[in-house]
Amino acid sequence: MIPQASTYAASIDNVILLIAVLVGFWFIAAEGMFFWLIWRFRAKEGVKSEYLEGHEPHVKKWITWPHSLVLVCDVFIIIGAVQVWYNVKQRLPDDADATIRIIGQQWAWTFQHPGADNDLDTADDIFTVDDLHVEVDRTYIFQLQSRDVLHSFSVPVFRIKQDAIPGRSIMGWFEPTQTGEYDVQCVEICGIGHGVMAARIHIEDAQQHADWIRSASTGTAQ
Amino acid sequence: MAHTATAADTHHDAHAHEHHGPQGILKYLWSTDHKMIAMQYLFTGIAMGLIGAYMAYVFRMQTAFPGVNVPGFGQVSPGEYNSLITNHGTIMIFWVAMPVLVAAFGNFLIPLMIGADDMVFPRINRLSYQVFLLSAIVLIVSFFVPGGGFGGAWTAYPPLSAVAEYNQTNLGSSLWLLAVALEFVAFLLGGINFITTLMNSRAPGMRAYDIPLVCWMIVIASILFMLSVGPLIAGAVMLFFDQTLGTGFYDPARGGDPVLWQHLFWFFGHPEVYVVLLPAIGITIDVIATFARKKVFGYKLMLYTTVATGVLSFFVWAHHQFIAGIDPRMANVFTITTLLISVPIAELCFVIIATLYGGSIRLTTPMLWALAFMAEFLIGGVTGIFLGASGADIYFHDTYFVLAHFHYTFFPIAIIGTFAAFTYWFPKMFGRMMNDTLGKIHFWGTIIPFNIIFIPLFVLGIGGEHRRIYNYEHFPELAGEGMFMLRQIATVALLVMLIFQVVFFYNCYVSWKKGEKAGKNPWKANTLEWTTESPPPHGNWPEGLPNVYRGPYEYGHPDRKEDYWPQNQPS
Repeated sequence: MIPQASTYAASIDNVILLIAVLVGFWFIAAEGMFFWLIWRFRAKEGVKSEYLEGHEPHVKKWITWPHSLVLVCDVFIIIGAVQVWYNVKQRLPDDADATIRIIGQQWAWTFQHPGADNDLDTADDIFTVDDLHVEVDRTYIFQLQSRDVLHSFSVPVFRIKQDAIPGRSIMGWFEPTQTGEYDVQCVEICGIGHGVMAARIHIEDAQQHADWIRSASTGTAQ
Repeated sequence: MAHTATAADTHHDAHAHEHHGPQGILKYLWSTDHKMIAMQYLFTGIAMGLIGAYMAYVFRMQTAFPGVNVPGFGQVSPGEYNSLITNHGTIMIFWVAMPVLVAAFGNFLIPLMIGADDMVFPRINRLSYQVFLLSAIVLIVSFFVPGGGFGGAWTAYPPLSAVAEYNQTNLGSSLWLLAVALEFVAFLLGGINFITTLMNSRAPGMRAYDIPLVCWMIVIASILFMLSVGPLIAGAVMLFFDQTLGTGFYDPARGGDPVLWQHLFWFFGHPEVYVVLLPAIGITIDVIATFARKKVFGYKLMLYTTVATGVLSFFVWAHHQFIAGIDPRMANVFTITTLLISVPIAELCFVIIATLYGGSIRLTTPMLWALAFMAEFLIGGVTGIFLGASGADIYFHDTYFVLAHFHYTFFPIAIIGTFAAFTYWFPKMFGRMMNDTLGKIHFWGTIIPFNIIFIPLFVLGIGGEHRRIYNYEHFPELAGEGMFMLRQIATVALLVMLIFQVVFFYNCYVSWKKGEKAGKNPWKANTLEWTTESPPPHGNWPEGLPNVYRGPYEYGHPDRKEDYWPQNQPS
């Protein structure tokens, strides 16, 4: 698996693991039974097949028990999935450190950083194209927008993904946990340039991030 | 029996009419015989399948070897790439899976298996195919118009699909939409026929629970299609207006909403999966019952489970839209419904597996295909759980994991299911047996590469590779050597699989020309189609309509010396 670089990456991976264990069990059990039956009941000279309706209790239990067990597994998966979903998508942290704006358009990402005053939509906001700068261990709320068609903001190392819809501002959040430079992908087909709509996220420590803000503010930031 | 005499007279008239009717190719295009219409659908479906396979070949070459000069195509531009993946998906679902599984086998099997001499509405049936053919032509024309074919993915999400300025395929996208709409018309016409014929034209003595499951499955699929397609047709009309008249149904700047389309599309799109899945399951269970010499393990259980699956399938659509910007609370509801549908689907699989118990299993070519359907579909089924669970879908949505997952459902359905049906009923369709050795070479030459194509794609998806990208070199994390190696393995496996299809066509040709004569019932099966000649003449029943005395799966009955008991034998 690829690196886990956000606070909730591990919880999403754990839900994937939970599902893998449960469905893996069913998969192996079903395929094992399937191939065993094919081998066990292969045609033999002089042996006639059995006549079974399927509703005799001694055979039907082979369907009803697995049936109930599948339901039980489903309940576990639902609980795991909904918990993670609630944390990642349904709530926004109260104590976010900063808000950023992410704007998709054919075929580039524009990132609006709050700048030195840490407030969005003020004069010192820093706009960049295809490079998102964030500070490690800080909680960010993002506002996701689109100028034309659907796009989708995805940072695989965070495990986050959210479609952008023109006319709406969709909120989400993340908190990076390790520094580094990673891919940002557009994962909703958005026209002929979809394949080049790549961006990078730069996760910096406090010092690097402060340096970047200073250089971007004084320099010729886009 | 007066009934029989009337039926025979009708056949005679029909024959006389045929002789004076159109000659040459028109005789085939203008026929109202359900078997001929089945052939039309089958051959058109296979031809479209070859086009879809060619598209897969071209874009897989580009994905694995970016910038390569693809033999038989040339350099692939980003626009062409998008158009190829879009039309590959559209063709394989609407012009291959639907016409072959539902229309071709529905047309061929339903009248023969329920003991009718033709469909209830033969001319509507003919019209259905003609509209379908027109839709295929419109789609093919759309590839060659200025601007090229539509490239907004088979889901056609607006605003990309609605605004020419965004998709840059003005004419291509309108023709694509028109073709899909025409295809829906064709299947509505066909579906009416399937449902009415099953309800009204069964042979004397055939009760509801004596109908072979494959017929039930095709009819339930037709009902699902009719119930789900209405909203999408309305949605398609609005999209067409947005494209051509500049209305704003999906334009937020003018009060519209792009997400509306997604709801209408997936309200149809998810039941559509079951529309093609159910006939494939029906084929599988019929073939398995025949070659395991076993009664289906719980006929009514299977039937009711299918109906339950069908009903539930209308309440799961938004699992395609978890991250699309819908209210996040909705994801919880749809996670629950989606995981609940795993219960009836698992039950269908259990019934198929349990049917093998106590059998006397013969691994003929059709049986291998039917068993392979089950073995491979299980992979598609269990990987779907990851995507139906909202928390895990945040990561997997729109990655190659999704792509591999639905190919593990659609390939077993549309390709493996079709080959199971085709090899099983080939003797009935053409009167000759297929070569079993060539059949098995083709089987292994398809199944092994199939897994080598799609297992690497699961791995790529877990590694974060997202879909519909014409060149992964632009994404540093996806451009590694290992990832390109996996892409190349998949592409080479695809080439191997395509080459092995030559064996299939060769086998069809030699078997059709020189195969051993099949006789009426080469597989010693029970259902009615095996009680008439191979191939059945016009009107199906030269000896009069059959009478039905029992269910379709009376194999291995303890009171009989033979291990089968045809439905039409009095005792």
